[in-house]
Amino acid sequence: MGILELTAVELSAKIRAGETTAVEAMQAVIEQIEKHEESLNCYVTFDKEAALHAAAEVQKKIESGELTGPLAGVPVAIKDNMCTKGMLTTCSSKILYNFVPTFTSEAVLNLEQAGAVIIGKTNMDEFAMGSTTETSYYGETKNPWNTQHVPGGSSGGSAAAVAAQECFFALGSDTGGSIRQPASYCGVVDMKPTYGTVSRYGLVAYGSSLDQIGPLCKTVTDCATIMEVIASHDKKDSTSIAREDLDFTSALVDDVKGLKIGIPRDYFGQGLDPEVKEAVLAAAKTLEEKGAVVEEFELGLVDYAIPAYYVIAAAEASSNLERFDGVAYGYRTESYEGLHNMYKKSRSEGFGAEVKRRIMLGSFVLSSGYYDAYYLKALRTKALIKEEFNKAFASYDVILGPAAPTTAPKLGASLSDPIKMYLGDIYTISVNLAGLPSICVPCGQDSKGLPIGLQLIGDCFQEKNIIRAAYAYEQTGHFAKCPLAE
Amino acid sequence: MGKQYETVIGLEVHVELATKTKIFCACSTEFGGKPNSHTCPVCTGMPGSLPVLNKQVVEYALAVGLAANCKIHQYCKFDRKNYFYPDNPQNYQISQLYLPICYEGGIEIETKDGGKKTIGIHEIHMEEDAGKLVHDDWEDVSLVDYNRSGVPLIEIVSEPDMRSAEEVIAYLEKLRMLIQYLGASDCKMQEGSMRADVNLSVREVGAAEYGTRTEMKNIGSFKAIARAIENETARQIDLIESGEKVVQETRRWNDEQGYSYAMRSKEDAQDYRYFPEPDLVPIVISDEWLESIRAKQPELQPQKLERYQAEFGLPAYDAGILTSAKKLADVFEATTEICGKPKKVSNWLMGETMRLLKEKNMDPEDLSFSPENLAKLIELTEAGTINGTVAKEVFELIFAENIDPDAYVEEHGLKTVSDEGELRATIEQIIKENPQSVEDYHSGKQKAMGFLVGQTMKATGGKANPGLVNKILKELL
Repeated sequence: MGILELTAVELSAKIRAGETTAVEAMQAVIEQIEKHEESLNCYVTFDKEAALHAAAEVQKKIESGELTGPLAGVPVAIKDNMCTKGMLTTCSSKILYNFVPTFTSEAVLNLEQAGAVIIGKTNMDEFAMGSTTETSYYGETKNPWNTQHVPGGSSGGSAAAVAAQECFFALGSDTGGSIRQPASYCGVVDMKPTYGTVSRYGLVAYGSSLDQIGPLCKTVTDCATIMEVIASHDKKDSTSIAREDLDFTSALVDDVKGLKIGIPRDYFGQGLDPEVKEAVLAAAKTLEEKGAVVEEFELGLVDYAIPAYYVIAAAEASSNLERFDGVAYGYRTESYEGLHNMYKKSRSEGFGAEVKRRIMLGSFVLSSGYYDAYYLKALRTKALIKEEFNKAFASYDVILGPAAPTTAPKLGASLSDPIKMYLGDIYTISVNLAGLPSICVPCGQDSKGLPIGLQLIGDCFQEKNIIRAAYAYEQTGHFAKCPLAE
Repeated sequence: MGKQYETVIGLEVHVELATKTKIFCACSTEFGGKPNSHTCPVCTGMPGSLPVLNKQVVEYALAVGLAANCKIHQYCKFDRKNYFYPDNPQNYQISQLYLPICYEGGIEIETKDGGKKTIGIHEIHMEEDAGKLVHDDWEDVSLVDYNRSGVPLIEIVSEPDMRSAEEVIAYLEKLRMLIQYLGASDCKMQEGSMRADVNLSVREVGAAEYGTRTEMKNIGSFKAIARAIENETARQIDLIESGEKVVQETRRWNDEQGYSYAMRSKEDAQDYRYFPEPDLVPIVISDEWLESIRAKQPELQPQKLERYQAEFGLPAYDAGILTSAKKLADVFEATTEICGKPKKVSNWLMGETMRLLKEKNMDPEDLSFSPENLAKLIELTEAGTINGTVAKEVFELIFAENIDPDAYVEEHGLKTVSDEGELRATIEQIIKENPQSVEDYHSGKQKAMGFLVGQTMKATGGKANPGLVNKILKELL
């Protein structure tokens, strides 16, 4: 078995045991990147020398016994909306084409302190707005399973890099499904944690009340291990929560006996691809056979999640993205007359179409006279959706469903119809609105050979329930490896 | 006879709070400093940075709110006010719109006729200050200094309860005194730590509806505010009298030129697209927290005024002046504590100190001498070590440079000459040199005595004990 086949946890164990080194692992990743990057375009920024240098430094610390953790020496890819000190952070936007942060985001810092080594920054939909990674200013990323297809988005670069073994694991961010949907399209494991579990400090904000950082990786064991490293109470983030129950790996047990799993009927209606439906229900069956109690139920308000989400996320985004104005950093238009013309031209030229669409939408719903009708109503809807989940979690430990209605669409098929693209978020979005944790694992392939994702949703702070269910399912051997990687 | 008009005024007062650090980061709030030396990713609005609320800001806002008889929103939130301007690095200001921390209060002022009137306070909210733009016309560029960005402010919004410039000044003085007493701000208008926007309209006396109002922003001093109010009142009455309409707009008062001009009309008013700040969690003020703030409230002016009369036997007028500024009261109490002579301390503060403040165009808050030195000066005078004339000279130096009077008097040989033998010798000499004056004295001209005393004082460099000089002179003559 080649070094690239190893999981993050396996690799670190071998490095710490002296069987291989962080530098060898990084070299293997670099070779893989050099081989496939031209066709896949997973990375926006990749500095070979810096990555090798960082790996050598970490290797020294492992040998001196300074680094002993389960991720020590493992090469990691970071979504390009997380600040990295001294390393370009573009959010895949022209407007930040030259932006080099002065500090590193807390989640990445946690990884670095644990000895993970940054390879580079992965491609994404511009400012995490999109479901295909096609809105990137730096070109689309392609799905390693079939390069005619999108990898999903917005964390498409991270998901594709994991699937193509261009890294051992990656960090992504999830505002409405931006980790889970690409993970599902690329056949990798991921988690979107409970809101407040991973610090947002250093994450360039899209929808602040919904954004959460999480891992994209090869196995559930890696997922729980990475979560233990990146989750922390950060006083620099007022929405960060002090939790005592961050021992996620303790849930890695192959036992779902008595675990109550609810299947929302509303998630299996119109619009769901029959092949996806079949695979997801088969996964439910597998868990049932392992002793879980599986039931169908009515979740309610499912149809309201998308409009509520697009109002809230766009409103917050319209404000969060105001700081990109060409004054202190980033792109400034070549020629302008006066301040307002500079703002206007810099932003018009610096932002792509999807970002502008959401800024306009967000500005509209917050404008005077419309605030109550749209924004306030969306906030109330958000509260009602949370109540629906509260009711469901009174009866179930885990809610099971698909991650996306279809497998990865073809390149170019989504952007022409944004409404259709937004509707693709139907199964992921309510999880963000309710602040819940959710994990996706591969549960088969469609007839085109594209991976299908199974989504397991837990109640707030109950990551362990979904880790347990995902781990038990993983043991049944339904995970397939990306053909490119073999 | 023409119509009678009344002016209706409401104020928005911004006060920079006296916290050591900024409202959402740990940067220093110190005034001045090299441009952009008190900054970090948070107060320069860098991507990925997040605000964390400074608890002291909430405590100061609560203290001011309680002292201004406000109700408290024990569940309150921050909101974002969105507008593009380079002094505001995020292009939104974190402020409070929907649930301001304090609301529905009031402050009592004294009116010109000696009556009392309550000026309602609509709300007090917390927010962050913006940076400062420096326009360089020579280079045709504007530069931004973010040192002030994120300095905590409270905005105190009054009801439109004031009817004259006098009432406005009385309200502002009362407000400033209150905030200074609480230690929540130094309220220095020159440094911008207190700034007032004036909302003003006129209407016919007896009218039920308010007229159309204008807003004048950031006027630099109480005097300028009074002038701006007089001017704007006259301007609006002129418009109405000549059949024109007052336009709702923001105006800039030019105090040197004595006129105001329109900056932007209501039509140009921005839609700030306020919404709840998602990066901060709601503030929950428990009953216990509120009580602890209430319990910590310092002695305020009305209590001090009473105590000074009761404890130190000061006249009401004197106590009123001494308590009119927190700094003055502080110096009074500290000096009295050292020397135990409240009346003497009061005299120095009411007399020379007030005179010098006025002469140098300073505020009591600018007083920088130490109570120890004033106490020493009082001791020197009381012991007769120096006479009144010398004491006033020395005090000017204490006031300006905080010199140590003991050392100064010693070094410059300013002690009163009370050595009778030495003085007698000097006076004998003077009598010898001024026979005409002696003759005049004996022929009953009292002026001659004055002349001889003057000559003696001159000869001793003003240090002679005046009582002794008189006594010796009479003996010798």
